[in-house]
Amino acid sequence: MGKLLVKEREIVIPGQELAEGLDYLPGQGTFREDNKIIANYLGLLSTNERFIKVIPLTGRYIPKVNDLVIGKVVEIGFYGWSIDIGSAYNAMLSIRDAAEFIERDDDLTKYYDYGDLVVAKINKVTRSKSIDLTTKGPGLKKLDGGKIIDVTPSKVPRMIGKQGSMIQLIKEKTGCNIIIGQNGRVWIKGESTEKEILASNAIIKIEQESHTEGLTDKIKKMLEKK
Amino acid sequence: MNNDYIVSLIQQNRRIDERKLDEHREIKIEYNISKNAEGSARCKIGETEVLVGVKMDIGEPYPDNPDQGTIIVTAELSPIASPLFELGPPGTQATELARIVDRGIRESKAIDFKKLFIKEDKVWIIFIDIYPVNDDGNLIDASVLAALAALKIAKFPKIKDDKVVYGEFSNEKLKLTKLPINFTFGKIANKIILDPNSKEEDALDARLSISVNEGNIYAMQKGGDTGLILEEIEKMIDIAIKKEKEIRGLLK
Amino acid sequence: MSYEKRFSGRKFDEMREIEAKVGIIKRADGSALFRIGDTIAIAAVYGPRELHPRFLQNPETGILRCNYDMISFSVPERKRPGPSRRQVEISLVTEKALLPVVDLKQFQNSVIDVFIQIIQANSGTRCAGITAASLALAHAGIPMRDMVSSVSVGKVGNKILIDLDKDEEDHEDATDIPMAITNRGKQITLLQLDGNITKKDFIEALKLGMGGCEKIAKVQEKALKDYYRSKNE
Repeated sequence: MGKLLVKEREIVIPGQELAEGLDYLPGQGTFREDNKIIANYLGLLSTNERFIKVIPLTGRYIPKVNDLVIGKVVEIGFYGWSIDIGSAYNAMLSIRDAAEFIERDDDLTKYYDYGDLVVAKINKVTRSKSIDLTTKGPGLKKLDGGKIIDVTPSKVPRMIGKQGSMIQLIKEKTGCNIIIGQNGRVWIKGESTEKEILASNAIIKIEQESHTEGLTDKIKKMLEKK
Repeated sequence: MNNDYIVSLIQQNRRIDERKLDEHREIKIEYNISKNAEGSARCKIGETEVLVGVKMDIGEPYPDNPDQGTIIVTAELSPIASPLFELGPPGTQATELARIVDRGIRESKAIDFKKLFIKEDKVWIIFIDIYPVNDDGNLIDASVLAALAALKIAKFPKIKDDKVVYGEFSNEKLKLTKLPINFTFGKIANKIILDPNSKEEDALDARLSISVNEGNIYAMQKGGDTGLILEEIEKMIDIAIKKEKEIRGLLK
Repeated sequence: MSYEKRFSGRKFDEMREIEAKVGIIKRADGSALFRIGDTIAIAAVYGPRELHPRFLQNPETGILRCNYDMISFSVPERKRPGPSRRQVEISLVTEKALLPVVDLKQFQNSVIDVFIQIIQANSGTRCAGITAASLALAHAGIPMRDMVSSVSVGKVGNKILIDLDKDEEDHEDATDIPMAITNRGKQITLLQLDGNITKKDFIEALKLGMGGCEKIAKVQEKALKDYYRSKNE
């Protein structure tokens, strides 16, 4: 007993009624009111068996534990480094969570200096929303060179693709090194500026058209043309 | 986001939005965007958007110029236009912007202040109010173009018993004597770029704004933390003089 | 006193022409324009972002901060730049109009800033601002339980009417009632009144306003969906 009031991949707005009855369950981006499921965001409707989800089309990054993020060093103190990851909150990389072995009284700028870009993982998000980062782990490091583009965090899964298929496609066709942070920062480094621009344009196209069908083919065509 | 990338591109004579070093972004001008103003306009340069309105009032002339009216230019950097703007009275950036726009109009005598004389002790005061709505770099040039466009279509309101009747217009236009165009340049990696966008503004070493009309220079303002050498300044003047006709054409 | 025909020629239950657009300020996290007749409001949302000064931070929940401002040339007599007491009050009631629908619990210690600018004013500016702000919040990806729409209703002479323009608002025998309601829940989140009106007339005016807000809500929905549909080419 339940009725779906919208179609898969339909764009819905906050407050919009998505389903009636108790058959359907409110997933991410929705909430239940009486016997109805309501959209919480401007986003794309997605159903998974009985779960109804709304994937927001916009919005700033909300930090989650285990997310891979790309950040910039903005402050250095005795504790370690303060990193800007584009959220409302301070992210901290403390000395003991850095990949390198750091001695007492060592000059911290030797490891990560002001303005350096790092790939880190979120270890912990406290109740008051302070974020603890770590660079201990495979693939976590300081970034050298390359360029950064900012994208909407909710579009990152589309850029990565099912089992990484989309990002693989772009890497293959452009030969670029690409790291996508869950916080909506994408790092691209290629052999030439042309290749970096091609990869950037592919990422930007996904950002603008993430809600459309046939995107993988469009990106493939775009990358093969050049 | 990273200045290093912008610098490395410019060293190759390229820019992040694929423009030439001496190329403007697309410029769009729209007239009469706010009906209660005596004149108003919107100027977009790329994604930078500025609204300017002209309001006229009757006031007393300055004692040293009893037969002339004047202009009062104000800029308000509302936080609506950028995450970097804060609420509050005009700060240094807003004040500088207003004064640069003022200087270009005043020094070129684009408005004949003598024509603003009404009678003894009564002159027209022309308020020019600048409101950026989206800051994607180079607010100065967009503000100047929007101000010129607003002034170009501005009409004097009617006067009754020495008081302005707002909403009722005479058929008399403000009439500009010339249209001095402003060109803002940046210096990055020892190269000169025209019309820096906001990412390029963050990476600038120095900035120079030049107001020109038919080869005459009426105003200049240098910004930024680094110095400029004479050759660089000459190059900027040349580009401004070369392009002024083309940009002025957008105001017709 | 009898008011037989509206100065604008509109019917008493007829609003002026309305228009809504989303995404007009690229640097903002969310933005929108809403126009009703000659009144034009734009709104920009920044957030969730760090809240300064720090003593304003709330560890239990995020804060919604609204600022309503009018451009100096939006009105016939130039308005001096800077906040007036009227603006302070409107900023406050705007915040109260939007708070009931915004989910702030997950944004502890941070702020969602809403900035409203009136570009052109012909009455109904706080209502247009609230309508634009609701659009901008949705566009910014802020979690909301419902959308908010706002319009003014009132009485001029012996007639109940919707969407007073400046001539009507300034009339000596006018009662002006700005209101806002949530779309699905039909809860009233903005309600102000100044004038002189009986309970019966007030209820009638309110019902008229709820009908008008429904129409506005449809235009808001279309603006949000159209913003993405247009990118489907």
